[in-house]
Amino acid sequence: MWVYEKKLLYPVEVGECNPKLARYLMEQYGGADGELAAALRYMNQRYTVPTKVIGVLNDIATEEFSHLEMLATMIYKLTKDATPEQLVEAGLGAHFANHGHSLFYENAAGVPWTASYIQSKGDPIADLYEDIAAEEKARATYQWLIDISDDVLINDSLRFLRERENIHSLRFRESVEILKDERDRKKIF
Amino acid sequence: MYRGSYRPYVSPLDPCPPMRVKKFVLPPPIFMDFQPPDLEQVSPREALMIGTLWPLLADEFYREEGIS
Ligand SMILES: [Fe+2]
Repeated sequence: MWVYEKKLLYPVEVGECNPKLARYLMEQYGGADGELAAALRYMNQRYTVPTKVIGVLNDIATEEFSHLEMLATMIYKLTKDATPEQLVEAGLGAHFANHGHSLFYENAAGVPWTASYIQSKGDPIADLYEDIAAEEKARATYQWLIDISDDVLINDSLRFLRERENIHSLRFRESVEILKDERDRKKIF
Repeated sequence: MYRGSYRPYVSPLDPCPPMRVKKFVLPPPIFMDFQPPDLEQVSPREALMIGTLWPLLADEFYREEGIS
C-alpha cells in the first residue's frame, strides 16, 4: 500500500504561457521512455527479481509515480487555460479533438501509451539491464526537453528530474553487482 | 439549461490568464429514465434541422457558448 502526500516531490512552477511546450513534455508523460512506462515497468518486475533487489524496484517505481505527477502538473498548467484555437496553434489540435482539455498518456507525437513499451522477462539480469537502459533514455529525453524549452522555471524542475535518472541508473547497476556477488556462493539453507 | 459549471482552482502563479469557470454538458436524456409519452413535438421539417422530433431532448451545443 501507499501513503499519499498531497504535495509534489519537487516544486513545479511554470513561467510562460506556452502551450506548445506541453506537447513536448508529453514525451516524458506517456512516451516509451517516460515516467508512466518507468513506474509500471518496475512496479511489475519487482515480484520476480531476487529478494535482495525487490526494494530497489519498489522504491524507484514509487518515485517515478511522483515524477509522473510533476509532469502532469506542468502539462495541465500549460493547457488548462488555452482556447481550442490556441491549442490548435500549439500543435495540440489532434489532442483536443480526442481528449478536449484533459491529459492523456501519449507521447509528443500523440501516440498513446502501450504496454509493449515495457518488458518483464523473468530473468533478473535481462530486466535490470532494461531498467538501466530505460533510465539513460529518460535522462536523454530530459536533455532534449531542456534544450527546446525557454522556460527557466520549468527547466529547473526538468533538471531535477534528469538528475534523478542518473541516480536510478546507478542503483540498478548496483543491483546487478549485488546479484553478481551471488556467484558460486555456498549457501546452507 | 443543460449545462453545469464549476470554478477550478486558480493559482496566482498560473502562466496563462486563467479561465475562472469551466462549463460542461448535462445532456437532456440523463434526466429521464424513460422518455415520457406524449412529449411536445416539432414539425418534421424542424426535426430534420435540430436532430430530434422532441425539442426537450435537444441541448443545442454552440461553439460560442465557450464550453471548452
Ligand atoms: Fe527514473
